[in-house]
Amino acid sequence: MNSPEYELYQGYLRQKRKERIAVMLTQFIIVIGLIAAWEFAGRMNKIDTLLFSYPSKILRLLYDRLLEGTLLNHVGVTLAETSVGFLLGTVCGTALAAAIWWFRFLSKVLDPFLVVLNSMPKVALGPLIIVAIGPNVVSVIATALAVTVIITTLVVHSSFREVDESYIKVVRIFGATRADVFRKVILPASFPTIVSTLKVNVGLAWIGVVVGEFLVSKQGLGYLIIYGFQVFNFTLVIGSLFIIAIAATLMYQAVAVLEKKLIGHRQN
Amino acid sequence: MAEPLLEMKNVSHVYVNDKGAALAVDQFSLTMQSGEFVSLVGPSGCGKTTVLSIIAGLLKPVAGEVKIDGKPVSQPSGEVGYMLQQDYLFPWRTIMENATIGLELTGKRSPEREKYVLRLLLEMGLGNHIHALPHQLSGGMRQRVALVRTLATEPNLLLLDEPFSALDYQTKMQLEDLVWQTLRDRNKTVLLVTHDIAEAIAMSDRVIVMGRNPGRIRHQVDIPEAIRETTPFHAREKSGFHELFHQIWKYLEESTSEGARP
Ligand SMILES: Nc1ncnc2c1ncn2[C@@H]1O[C@H](COP(=O)(O)OP(=O)(O)OP(=O)(O)O)[C@@H](O)[C@H]1O
Ligand SMILES: [Mg+2]
Repeated sequence: MNSPEYELYQGYLRQKRKERIAVMLTQFIIVIGLIAAWEFAGRMNKIDTLLFSYPSKILRLLYDRLLEGTLLNHVGVTLAETSVGFLLGTVCGTALAAAIWWFRFLSKVLDPFLVVLNSMPKVALGPLIIVAIGPNVVSVIATALAVTVIITTLVVHSSFREVDESYIKVVRIFGATRADVFRKVILPASFPTIVSTLKVNVGLAWIGVVVGEFLVSKQGLGYLIIYGFQVFNFTLVIGSLFIIAIAATLMYQAVAVLEKKLIGHRQN
Repeated sequence: MAEPLLEMKNVSHVYVNDKGAALAVDQFSLTMQSGEFVSLVGPSGCGKTTVLSIIAGLLKPVAGEVKIDGKPVSQPSGEVGYMLQQDYLFPWRTIMENATIGLELTGKRSPEREKYVLRLLLEMGLGNHIHALPHQLSGGMRQRVALVRTLATEPNLLLLDEPFSALDYQTKMQLEDLVWQTLRDRNKTVLLVTHDIAEAIAMSDRVIVMGRNPGRIRHQVDIPEAIRETTPFHAREKSGFHELFHQIWKYLEESTSEGARP
């Protein structure tokens, strides 16, 4: 039964597996090596530990804060703000795109404003947002919203406009109203784009939330970073960065899985 | 004589856009009796699709009048079925959902109508694919789904815009017979646009030859009964078929060369 093709295919699979293991092993060694070198340099005082700290010290601090119960609180607040921020950004951006699609005149009027807003670094609005809303969680979420909503509007609206006219013709022949066209054609056709903006918005919302927490300075991982900076506790700064890196990666992966679930069966 | 199903009188259309205005269809008149099968042939750009869009109510002509069943056409109504050159099935809808979208939109959805759609799908050999998505089907199957979608709302007048042009030869021949039989059984009135002269002769009762610049009717050819009453596949072997082919070919050449003049 073992045809030559089968043998070749098995060989190919073995080769692939070997390569994959080699890559993972190398990555593992790099991480361990870097951490070990850092720990060693820190303990031997080869680097300024006040600035760069070292791994075991960071872990101990995180562990202590965890026991105290404050760390989880900060992580929770930041995660909540980021989640609300990127979901709100996607929903509001899509709603705005729908409004612009519906009123073609509005789209022409708003076009230059959107371009200006899009080119501008939205986090610069942070201080204004805090003055307007007050130094609280809402301001942080608003900052995340400011970062995500414009780009979402632009991307989703252009996806609305790229829907093939012929699909619209298909439903118009059956007497479809503009609302029907939107519900039955435009929105479902753009669904993959909307879901993929979720993924982009996760990353953007993190920027908004961290900057918002810098400014509001009450709680959250961004606050821990700015606080650690002010009291010269760089162990805290690096520890918080470490947690942000892990949380952001997990969140991104979760949305990526969600995306696969929602549109994985769709091929075009 | 009974009232015609479709009546077009001196219909003209001008496309206006940023580049200017262009006369696409000029003084187009056409009358179709209920149950008639008419083909429209002509060089590319002579306005065939424009004529269909006007009949469907998607385009408002700048002059002339269009009546269906004696009523002037002002907007798409679901009374006219229009099958585009490609199938344009919605990739996120299953075959059944694609086939019934017209029922959803016209508010005609009912168990009886759904059963009717199901029967059509079975007739077209799509019984095993009702819950499949369009990308899982071949081009010929997708075109059949598009036909079922068009027939689902039971329109009396069907507009077919080169429905077979994207298919391979064999599939096209099979589909021609299937469509011809299906539409004939249901006594549908059909206006078919095609580039294929043999297809036009084999399927229809009457062939209209258009010329371009501007798009105008140049000739009308009635198809003899012997060919009309035969399935498209066998019609091609009937006597008189080749003579008709050459006659229409000549008309088309004339209209193309005229149209090419600046
Ligand atoms: N939306 C439009 N805006 C401007 N001009 C158009 C538009 N649609 C068609 N035309 C022009 O009108 C003329 C007729 O077009 P139409 O699509 O009706 O031709 P056709 O006979 O269907 O051609 P084909 O056989 O290539 O499909 C062409 O010259 C075309 O360039
Ligand atoms: Mg055309």
